[in-house]
Formats: sequence, C-alpha cells, structure tokens
Amino acid sequence: MRKSVLDIDNLSLEFPVYGGAVSAVNRVSLHVQEGEIVGIVGESGSAKSVTAMTAMRLLPRESFHIRSGRITLLGHDMLALDEQKLAAMRGRDVAMIFQEPLTALNPTKRVGAQMLGVIRLHTRLSEREARLHAIKLLTDMRINDAEEILQRYPFELSGGMRQRILIGLAFACSPKLLIADEPTTALDVTVQKQVLQLLRKKARELNTAILFICHDLAVVSQFCDRLYVMYAGSVVETGPTRAVLSAPQHPYTRALIRALPESARPGQALRSIRGVVPNLTDMPTGCAFQERCDHAFEACSSIPPLFSLDDEKRASACWLCEKEHAA
Amino acid sequence: MTEAPATVKRPRIDLGYFRYQLKRSPLTIVGLTMVAFVLIVVIFAPVFATHEPNAIDLRARLAPPTLDHFFGTDEVGRDIYSRILYGGRQSIAVGFFVVFLAGLTGTILGALSGLIGGRTDTIIMRLMDVVLSVPSLALILALAAALGPSLINAALAIAIVRIPFYVRLVRGQALIVREMAYVKAANTFRAGRLHILRWHILPNTLSPVIVQGTLDLGSTILLASALSFIGLGAQQPTAEWGAMVATGRNYILDQWWYSGFPGFAILFTATGFNLFGDGVRDMLDPRQKAR
Amino acid sequence: MQYLNVIRKRLLFLALVVIGVSMITFAISHLIPGDPAMLVAGDRATPEIVERIREDMGLNKPLPEQYWIYLKGIVSGDLGTSLRTRRPVTEDLKLYFPATLELAFVALVLATAVGVPLGVASAVWRDKPIDHLVRALAVTGISTPAFWLGLLLIVLFYGDLGLLPGGGRIDPDITRPPTVTGFLLIDALLAGDLTAFTSAVRHIILPALTLGFVHLGVVARQIRSAMMEELQQDYVRTARANGLSRRNVIFREALPNALIPSVTVLGLALGDLLYGAVLTETVFAWPGMGAYVVNSIQALDFPAVMGFTVVVSFAYVLVNLAVDLLYMVIDPRIRSVN
Repeated sequence: MRKSVLDIDNLSLEFPVYGGAVSAVNRVSLHVQEGEIVGIVGESGSAKSVTAMTAMRLLPRESFHIRSGRITLLGHDMLALDEQKLAAMRGRDVAMIFQEPLTALNPTKRVGAQMLGVIRLHTRLSEREARLHAIKLLTDMRINDAEEILQRYPFELSGGMRQRILIGLAFACSPKLLIADEPTTALDVTVQKQVLQLLRKKARELNTAILFICHDLAVVSQFCDRLYVMYAGSVVETGPTRAVLSAPQHPYTRALIRALPESARPGQALRSIRGVVPNLTDMPTGCAFQERCDHAFEACSSIPPLFSLDDEKRASACWLCEKEHAA
Repeated sequence: MTEAPATVKRPRIDLGYFRYQLKRSPLTIVGLTMVAFVLIVVIFAPVFATHEPNAIDLRARLAPPTLDHFFGTDEVGRDIYSRILYGGRQSIAVGFFVVFLAGLTGTILGALSGLIGGRTDTIIMRLMDVVLSVPSLALILALAAALGPSLINAALAIAIVRIPFYVRLVRGQALIVREMAYVKAANTFRAGRLHILRWHILPNTLSPVIVQGTLDLGSTILLASALSFIGLGAQQPTAEWGAMVATGRNYILDQWWYSGFPGFAILFTATGFNLFGDGVRDMLDPRQKAR
Repeated sequence: MQYLNVIRKRLLFLALVVIGVSMITFAISHLIPGDPAMLVAGDRATPEIVERIREDMGLNKPLPEQYWIYLKGIVSGDLGTSLRTRRPVTEDLKLYFPATLELAFVALVLATAVGVPLGVASAVWRDKPIDHLVRALAVTGISTPAFWLGLLLIVLFYGDLGLLPGGGRIDPDITRPPTVTGFLLIDALLAGDLTAFTSAVRHIILPALTLGFVHLGVVARQIRSAMMEELQQDYVRTARANGLSRRNVIFREALPNALIPSVTVLGLALGDLLYGAVLTETVFAWPGMGAYVVNSIQALDFPAVMGFTVVVSFAYVLVNLAVDLLYMVIDPRIRSVN
C-alpha cells in the first residue's frame, strides 16, 4: 500500500458573488498516492482547477469560502497551515505548472535569475551549485545549450521551450507531488507529446506523483494511471484509466466518450450532449447532470453519493450504479 | 461535447447591480453626496446665504468667523460665507460651460473626423496634435493672457485646451463603429450618416464622455480658480473663489479665514467631482465588472 | 543602436512641435489687441518713433514673412525681448529656470517617496480601509488648489509657529554660494557652506511640500493602478506557486514591473509640477519660471509669456525623450523590439 501524497476529503467550496454564492466545489474527494499519475477530466467550469489550486492554497484569500472538507498533503492539513509554512511547502514539496507558458514567467527577468531564485529559496545550494542544478534540470528537459538559455529573457523563447523550463523548475526540489493544470493545452500538438513524455520520465525518475488536469480524453488515456471525472463541481466517476474509458459507468462519462470524434463513424453525425452545464449560482437540487441525462429517474432528485464498484478504486456517483450494485 | 449555451438576457440597466457596485465603492457615494451638497447650496444661494454678497459694512471689516458671519468678513465688511455661496455659481457655471463647450465641439469634430475620414480626418487630427503639443497650462496661460482677463475668457481658454481629448474619444468610437457589421448593414439601407451618428456612435461614446466630463468639471474648477488667483480670470468685485483667495492673501497672516474658506470651497468641490468621476469610471470599466 | 532610432524619432517630433507651437504663439500674439510697437516705444513716443520701431520690428511685412522670421528666431534661440525686464526672454528664462527645476525635483522626490509605498499598500490591500484611505488622500491631493495650500502652510509654519521662513530661496543676509549647478542645495554642499545649505533647506521645505502633496496623489494612483495590473499577471501566480512569500512577490516581482510603465507617467509629472510651480512660486516668492510668467502676465508682457510657452513645450518633448530612453534601459522587452 503506497503512501498517500494528497487526500482531499469531502471538500465543498463556494465563491461569494452578487446575488448569492457560486457553489464551485461540491463534496469532492480525491486521493493521490506516491508516484502515481492521476488525471482529473472535465469540461471548463467543472472546478478541476479550483480543486487543485485549493490543495496548494493558491486562491486569493478572501475570494472563496470553504464550507466543509479536509485537504491533507504529505500529512499536513493544508486548510489549517499558516502562510509561512505553506510558502515553504510550495515549490519544495508540491509544485504546480499552469496552462499558459507565455505569461507564466516574469518578462523582465532572465530565465536563470528566476530559476536560481526558486532553487536557492528552498535549498542551501551556493550560486554556482544552484546554477549547475538548473542546467541539469533544463538538460533533462531536452533543452540544449541550457547554459545559454539561462541568460535569455522569456520573450526570446517559444511557448514549448518555456513550458519545459517551467516543468524543469517544478522538479527542482524533487517534490512529492506535481500538479499540472492543462500543461499542454496551449502547445502545438507536436510539442505536446514530447512535453508529456519528458514530464512522465522525470516524474518516474524522482518518484513524483502527478495530479494531471485535462479536458482532453485522448491525452489522458495515454498519460494517466487513474482518472477522476468531474462535472459541475463534483466527482462523478473514478477508477483506473483503462477501466473508466473502456467501460464507463456514469452517464456523463459515457456521453463524453460517445461525443469524441474518434467514436463516430465516417458519415455519422457527431453526438453532442444535449443541454448546457448548469449555472453554478443556481444549481438544481439533486444530481447536477439529470437534465441532460437520458437515464434520469425519480431517485435523481437527490444528490447521488459516490458508489464504490468492485474494489475501492472504482466508483461512480449515479443512482443507476446503486441499482446495479444492489443487483 | 456540449451544445452552445443559450444566451441569458440581462436587463439593460440593472439597478440592483448598479446599487451593489455603488455599495462596494463608498468613495463614489461620498463624492456624489459632496457634489449634490455643493450644487444645492450654490443653486439655492439666496436661501442659504445670510447676507447680500456685495453688501458693504465698514464697521465689520475683517471680522473673524462668528455666528453673525460664519466665515468672517473681508476688507470692506462683506460676508465671506455668502460670497462663497454666490461665488460658487460662477465657479460651477464655468465648470459646466467648459465641459459643455469642449464636449460638444469635441464630439462634433471627433464624429466628423471618424465618420468622414480622409482629408477632414487628417486636418482635424493635425490640428488637435498641434494643440496637444503644448503643455496645457502654458497654452491656457497664453490664451487667457491674450484674450484678456475675464472669467469667460478663462473658461474659453480652458475649453479650447480640453477639446482634443473629446475629439480623440469620439473619433475612436466612430472608427470602431464604422467598421462594425451592423453599421455596414445599416448603410445598405441608406441609413444616413446622421442616423449612424445618432443611434450607433453617440450611445457608445456616452459613458466615456460622461466620465471624462465629470472629471473635467473638477479640474476646470481648479484651473479657473487658479487663473483667477493669478489675475486672469474673474475680476473684482466678482465673488469667485480663486479671486477671493487672491485678495485674501494680503491679509493672510492675521485673517486666515479670508483665503482659508474660499480655498476650502474649491478643495471640497473639486474633490467631490473627482471622487464621483473616478468611481463612475471604475464602475463602467468592463474589467471591473468581471470581479 | 535602437537608442539612436528613438532619439532620431523624437528629434523629428521635436522639430514638428516647435513649428506647431510657434504657429500657435504667433497666432495668439496677433490676437492681442493693441500695437506691439507702441508697447515697446512707450507712452511718450512720437508717431515717427513708433513707425520706426514698427519698421525695425518688421511689423509691416506680410504675415507669412513675419512668421518665418519669428520661427528662425526661435530656432536660433531668440525669443524676443521682455517688455518688463528689457532683457532677451531667453536670458530671463535661463536665469529663473534652475530655481524651478530644483523645486520641482525636490517635490517629485517627496511625492515619490510617500506615494509609491502608499500606492503599493493600496493595491495589495485592495478594497480594505487602507485602500480607501489612500484613494481619498490621492483624490484630495489632486483636488487641492496649490496656491491655497501654500498660503495655509505659510500661515501655520511662518505666521503662527515661526518655524520656517515665509518666502524666498535663502535668507537674504546669507551670501549665496558660487553657482555651479544653479541648484542652491547642491551648490551649498559643494562649497561646504553649511549655513547656506540649512537656510536653503528651510526655504524649500514648504513650497516642496505644497507641490509634493498635490503630486502625491498622481503618484499613488499611478502606482496603485500599475500594481493592480501586475498582481493579476500569471507570473505572480507562478512565483507564489513556487513558494515565494507574499512580501517577496510584491516587492521583488510585481513592483519592479509596475514601476516600468509608471516611468512614463514621470514625463507627465513634469506637466503637473510645472502647473504647480506656476502657482506655488508666486505664493512663496520663489524666483523661478512660474513667478516669472505670472509677473509677465500681470504686466502684459506678451513676448515673455509666448517665450515661456515655447520653452516649456520644448522642455516637454525633451523630457519625454529622456523618459523613452529610460524606458529602453529598464525594460528588456522594449530593447529587443527595436
């Protein structure tokens, strides 16, 4: 039984806005163990990023309100820690990379200065040692002339290059968890594959777990060991990637897979999911997906819990599964 | 994946939303209150004044503030409080005059420039560039000095210097609107330029022009009083605030109230307009709405 | 290399500005009622003398030619003769310019020293009490009539408390240090003259505070706006995600980047400070360009006023050029674009 790196238990979070509050995260539970690559899939607005950013307490302090739940990262209660300790953990024990590499680096500072700043913040390396370390990190990301790159400004480099620098930097202190929020979405397809390979290679090497947020099922199928499918702020299904994608249990997951262009036959119309994502300020009572679900029935008017199927790794939040479960 | 969401209609003027925004910005409310206060007090000066503004009373010269004369008296015994109230009419009038003149001229020129384009546009913009190349105060001084010392000339000078800002604002809007598809569509219906101006350009420029105008009111009042202080604006015996500060300067060390209160009136009024203008600008800023 | 491009562009613009301004001042001069020849000649001159002066001044030539002569004069540094001082306007301005510059500089330093921290605080603690306080202070600052504030300060510190002098640049009975820079503060230090230095400091405090208070608002608002912009940027999020403390994120990452666009505002600062100088100098009997132009206006000395306008426009372009160059030095992105 591997050690747990991240445990989110029953997290519920809302954003106060005009006219009430946006219930962004609803009783989400997810777990990441040492060394595994876990994916969170869902459309925009499903609260994937919010959940992840909350794990690192990166959201602006007053903008949100936690209704319930616990977040345990490497044994620390993230909701209770003070800012100083949180800052010490960020970049060292847990790192995060984001979607848009073009704006993620300080435009007026050289790459080297930015990398060394972070490295020397968390370690006791001398300037020279830190520099060598940075060069190694970049080289591991297949960046040639790493030493020269350190002297450059971000705007002189391509998006793919910058993302590799940021990934390299994320691994600088061998964190136990790397949270990657759509890291390849903004990159060219050709670069995407390479970046993902580098990411996985480095993670395996350092035994770093990855929490990989993505909306692209194709990418996720090749990259992640396990999946969480999120919809409108809740987890609707989870399990090993292959199992979830080949035999989805939740109507939403099924609809998602059915909607993939790859699932359609030539000449057949692409199938979309009817309806729209509910307005988060005005959530329907019960299952968030009911209005768009072809199998909705009376039980759906109350929120379904996550039912475990076979072992604890596989679960689906749908009343249908209760029926099958019971059966 | 999901179909395109149906657009949600929102009322054009969401009063509740407006009130919510207003509550988040107490300073704007403060500004509005200040402006309202000044406007009321000044417009209804005869009601609030305690004395005739030009009534001379040589027995009460340079008297300190008392219940009889709230703000004291000047060197010929005139009640400063009442003079401030009546004088305020000048200052506020100048403000509105300048904004109206500059706004109107600027809007017309800007609309012409943007809509007609070509040579008209070039000529107008070159003219504006020339005006803008001189730092505004220097130009105002030069103009006001040349035109002769009077409040109207001062107002004229200030207005001329402000015109380019409105021209740019409206021209920019005109250029954008000109390219919009629906305007091109309207053109196919032979909708005249006037129609486009009225229905497409003006509504869109309204809010930035209002914001600019409100802020200009504040700075105009300051400028006008400054010109009066130097001797370029209002002349004696007009009870204009700047002029009063100037005359009071001769007695400043012993009778601080003579310059003190009129100057404070300037400060108070300008602050009110600036606070309000700032607040409105922030509220209308599309980025603000996203918060 | 890129610097030369910028300089070249600005110098071209400068030429255009000079032409534009000269056209304006020429036009305005001809708006003025009255006969300039008579003003020069004086009350007791005979018509023949006035006519001769008019001939000398070239007033009988056609307008375009007059303009051309005028423009040539400006370019060669001749701005006419002051009716009041009877000296070339250029001489007068050269004489009074350093005093204004010194005052503007000290005021700018004061305003920046207080304004930047306030602006940062306002942005970091947005919508909290400190933000409202700073914004209120800033608005009050830009709404304050400088001449009024100056008068009140004089009443308080000179009239009532007797702590500071009520006007002038230095105590009249102290010998001025030899002029090296024209800045009394610096010249006094260079000459090692402590008495003169102290006196100069005591004289510059109130006017600098007056000017500075008004400008403080401008600085605070600019910094606040720039900081708010920077704090929303992604690189700030990256820095926080990498473990930088809030303080370091603000001061090491956001603020330096916020200061960059703020530098451009410094160019505009000149306009504000000039405006303030014109008003404050009269109140404090500060012998600078502001007092000069006010006296000229009151004496109907139009050559002086027009000369002042030309010089100020010229200075404005130069300052903007300096700001552009500064911008290139501090922002690596701009350097590469050219």
